[in-house]
Amino acid sequence: MNHSAREEEWAAWMCAAMAGDTLAYHHFLKAITPYLRSIARRRCDQFGAPPSEVEDVVQEVLLAVHLKRGTWDTSRPVGPWLSAIVRNKLIDSLRRRGRHVSVPIEDVMETLEAIPHDEGADRLDVDRMLEGLRDPQRDIVRSISLGGAGIRETAERLQMTEGAVRVALHRALKGLAALYRSDRRANG
Amino acid sequence: MQTDDLINLLAKDAHVRVRFGHIFRIALAIGVVISAVLLLSTLGIRKNMAEMIETPRVLFKLGLTLLLAITATRLAFLIGKPGVSLRSAALTLLLPLSALLIGIAAELSVVPAAAWGASVEGRYSSFCLFFVPTLSIAPLAAILYSIRQGAPQNPGLAGAVAGLAAGGIAAAIYAWHCPDDSPLFLATWYSIGILVVTAAGSLIGRRVLRW
Repeated sequence: MNHSAREEEWAAWMCAAMAGDTLAYHHFLKAITPYLRSIARRRCDQFGAPPSEVEDVVQEVLLAVHLKRGTWDTSRPVGPWLSAIVRNKLIDSLRRRGRHVSVPIEDVMETLEAIPHDEGADRLDVDRMLEGLRDPQRDIVRSISLGGAGIRETAERLQMTEGAVRVALHRALKGLAALYRSDRRANG
Repeated sequence: MQTDDLINLLAKDAHVRVRFGHIFRIALAIGVVISAVLLLSTLGIRKNMAEMIETPRVLFKLGLTLLLAITATRLAFLIGKPGVSLRSAALTLLLPLSALLIGIAAELSVVPAAAWGASVEGRYSSFCLFFVPTLSIAPLAAILYSIRQGAPQNPGLAGAVAGLAAGGIAAAIYAWHCPDDSPLFLATWYSIGILVVTAAGSLIGRRVLRW
């Protein structure tokens, strides 16, 4: 698939996602992750961050894309929007890891246009970050991410309404992003 | 947590409740209304505004401050959106600036040099210095809040633009009361008030606009 067809597919998924289509959103996030990983790996290499941090950076960027997706104007192409978010978050994240970095926007665009070769990795800081959340937010995050439960199951188990679970989940994700910011700053 | 787990988690929160543009418009409207009500309930509109509004200086004052408010607010709106070019919106800020320079030149050419000092000084400069920053508080809070929902590349700069926009809005509101009409007064006291708000916006922005 060439670049523009791929971008159109991403835009279509994102449009559906913003209207509440979780499956489309899942496709979108799955599709962009290999690109994010390849950009993050390159930058971590370049600025001497250990490879173990790559996945942290990827997850932080994913969180940022998620929390800022309301700024994408559906009438505009998704590529430049995504590139700008990724670039800013990448700089921010590496900087907080103690690296003085600059990332040209062209590089991000190019990586988004290339075909990534993906090797997944795991390790996460998010686990430690989760400790910073309070219940029921932490419980909800654990239940959905680790347990693989849906919103409804989680709501039934915690005896909450689905709406309340959704709101708590959204707050938890915002909270995680804030924890990332403050944690790194506190650690230098 | 594996990245796939995080993706599962994010996907469950797919629905976007409020779009950025929507937040911005609502917050801005609230901020402007609060400041307008604040002016009306304290100083009120200038008593002889009905006659004065037809004089060129008053028209110039109302028009210029409104032009600054609109161009700076538009830039503030765009600065929170990633991947959008700010160039043309930033260039429109030259419109109020060049209008001001033309106004100053015109004023200097019609007012005798001996009266320039009095024109700059005006009568109520301390009111202007107090009310422009005061009337900008609500719009500044509204705009900063909105940009916070966005993703500005440079928090300090975004804060400064928010301050400039809020200062412009406050000036455009205060102009309906202000009894000093000389462009020289405008260039001096309004500018100081607006710059104070811009600096404050930049300082606050550095803290609150990180994401």
